[in-house]
Amino acid sequence: MALKTDSNVYTVIFAAIMVVVVGSILAFLASALRPNIKENERFEKQQNILYAMGVNENGDDTGSVNFIPTDVVENEFASYIKEQLVIQGDKITEDNEAYLIDLKKQLANIKKGEDYKLPVFIGEKDGKKFYIIPMYGKGLWDAIWGFIALDDTMTVQGVYFDHKGETPGLGANIKMRYFMDDFKGETILNGTQYAGIAVAKGNNDPLNKTKDDNEVDALAGATITGNGVSAMISETVKLYKPYLETIRAK
Amino acid sequence: MALLSKKDTNLIMDPLADNNPITIQVLGICSALAITAELKASLVMAVSVIFVLGAGNVVISLMRNIIPSKIRIIVQLIVVATLVIIVDQVLKAYQYELSKTLAVFVGLIITNCIIMGRFEAFALANGPWRSFLDGIGNSLGYGVILIIVGFFRELLGSGTLFGIPVLGDPIEKTGLYATGYENNGFMIIPPAALIVVGIIIWVQRSRNPALVEEN
Repeated sequence: MALKTDSNVYTVIFAAIMVVVVGSILAFLASALRPNIKENERFEKQQNILYAMGVNENGDDTGSVNFIPTDVVENEFASYIKEQLVIQGDKITEDNEAYLIDLKKQLANIKKGEDYKLPVFIGEKDGKKFYIIPMYGKGLWDAIWGFIALDDTMTVQGVYFDHKGETPGLGANIKMRYFMDDFKGETILNGTQYAGIAVAKGNNDPLNKTKDDNEVDALAGATITGNGVSAMISETVKLYKPYLETIRAK
Repeated sequence: MALLSKKDTNLIMDPLADNNPITIQVLGICSALAITAELKASLVMAVSVIFVLGAGNVVISLMRNIIPSKIRIIVQLIVVATLVIIVDQVLKAYQYELSKTLAVFVGLIITNCIIMGRFEAFALANGPWRSFLDGIGNSLGYGVILIIVGFFRELLGSGTLFGIPVLGDPIEKTGLYATGYENNGFMIIPPAALIVVGIIIWVQRSRNPALVEEN
């Protein structure tokens, strides 16, 4: 007997079975792969933090970034990152897993007026101290995030940016070296005020030689993503200002 | 016996040129505009679509006699979305770096009209093997145009190919830039893709007048 594929009953049953089958396949896959994915995400965070403080495998070309290899990142992270702090209001505590704190959730808590935790990582390389702060913001299409490494004079020692869905070739280039490298040496202070760093269109210093103008050259065709990066940095600086003040006072 | 009959070979070869999904059927233009600013992105998108369309066409073809016609578009969408999520999750677990490059394309693959078009026009009426060949052919035809557009946009827009500078350094003014050449910023914004696609259509039709429609 041929199937009556046009009847309403058949259609409903077919839809129901399809939903169950597809749902089960995806649920099974998601739970089976979850441990691996979590592990990869953890390593990625460690790689990003180390990248911001200049621990990476970058070569001479200024294209894409090269992280510390995944198989050694855990040990490297433990050897370079000396302290992981969590700021909760006026209280600062140590937490060895502060890097796993989801900044997005904490920012949402701040908006709701609830308690929040802000992580800071203190790294040491060649006898120099780095204060690495996570950032989270909005680009053109979706979330952007990253890390900024400062020294005790509030000079940027390195940054790392990443994005969820910025346009390839345009906004997605915030994670290219030629953009990120420009931040190195810029100060987030304008005199004594915390100014952040603006991604400026029409910057007349494309070689980025002036390092105290709080500006880096924008990416062509990526105005909104660039503005998102500027906003993300200044919001983060505002948020961490009380802590940054304590570093400067030292 | 040859592996592919003449009909089968045509299923793969036709979409590469005379029945190209982008230049002849004018489908999939949106993703061609969005991601062709760099060659690497074009290549990743092309490979992803080859997998999704090849596998998707087979699944739809296997189910073609039991899919209720009233909800066939929804069923097709579910098949594409499922395949894309499976690829994304497996890559995230085993090829994390690649999965991050691919992330931005996931949404674009699901909404790619070529995929829905081939499900609707071919897989619903043909067997799995021929549907598979049709899927591979069409996605290759799509990929070829994407790569050509990506090549010109990245080369003229950024002076690089696969991110490697090939025309010199635009800021330090070395290589071609020393002669006064400037990167064309227009090439990296989406409208430039329309112009490149337009030129490809023009070249293709002037070489093969049979493709030109009569008014």
